[in-house]
Amino acid sequence: MSSTFDQIANIIAETCDIPRDTIKPESHAIDDLGIDSLDFLDIAFAIDKAFGIKMPLEKWTQEVNDGKATTEQYFVLQNLADRIDELVAAKNAAPGA
Amino acid sequence: MDIDYFRLIDRIVDLNLDEKRITVEAQVPTVHTIFEGHFPGFPIMPGVLLTEAMAQSSGWLILGVLKFERMPFLAIVKEAKMRGFVSPGSLLTIEAKLEHEGSGFAVTKVKGRVGKELKCSAELTFGLAPFPDPALRVHMDAMANKIGFPLQAITHD
Repeated sequence: MSSTFDQIANIIAETCDIPRDTIKPESHAIDDLGIDSLDFLDIAFAIDKAFGIKMPLEKWTQEVNDGKATTEQYFVLQNLADRIDELVAAKNAAPGA
Repeated sequence: MDIDYFRLIDRIVDLNLDEKRITVEAQVPTVHTIFEGHFPGFPIMPGVLLTEAMAQSSGWLILGVLKFERMPFLAIVKEAKMRGFVSPGSLLTIEAKLEHEGSGFAVTKVKGRVGKELKCSAELTFGLAPFPDPALRVHMDAMANKIGFPLQAITHD
């Protein structure tokens, strides 16, 4: 079973037509890969579907805008993978999961 | 269908918020200047207008799901397929289903038919934003009333 990072990287490569081998765990989705907000909608949809979650993009964006978080915390891909793992764990721990 | 004002949906036939699905009707006018150019001797609805009609159908569905708290703006058109010609005077029936409600965006799958014949389909993504101007909210309320949006459907959970 591939890692969360690998799944995200594959989604980004396919969605944004970025060569898979240029996408690294330390890549910043915006600064390094040049993904814009529209492309990120596509990526978010694919990630939500693949992992059965709802990434709280608006909350994350608000935190960055308010200076409570950095873009690196959410948009460096290994960090994004960690956030997704947390969301999946929270979903699985929820009653009725 | 009021093409000049880009109000393409005439009436809501069914809105099922449990299934997150809507059916609307749009009467293509028999006469319009668009048909004089598109095309002389063979008038058909432009694909961009069919796509817009699918987007507006989806928009009403999303407004219902969100209880008019946010406005959907078309952001991504995927897999738009014009499967057959739509002639002046046709009655378009468009069905949209909410495929996914994400954080700040929503995705629908839409199909447009004339009679039983599938004419167009698409997957559409919308950005969801607070109403940018109170006048827009007032306008959407008026339009909702005009096309028979079942407001009772969003006032009861």
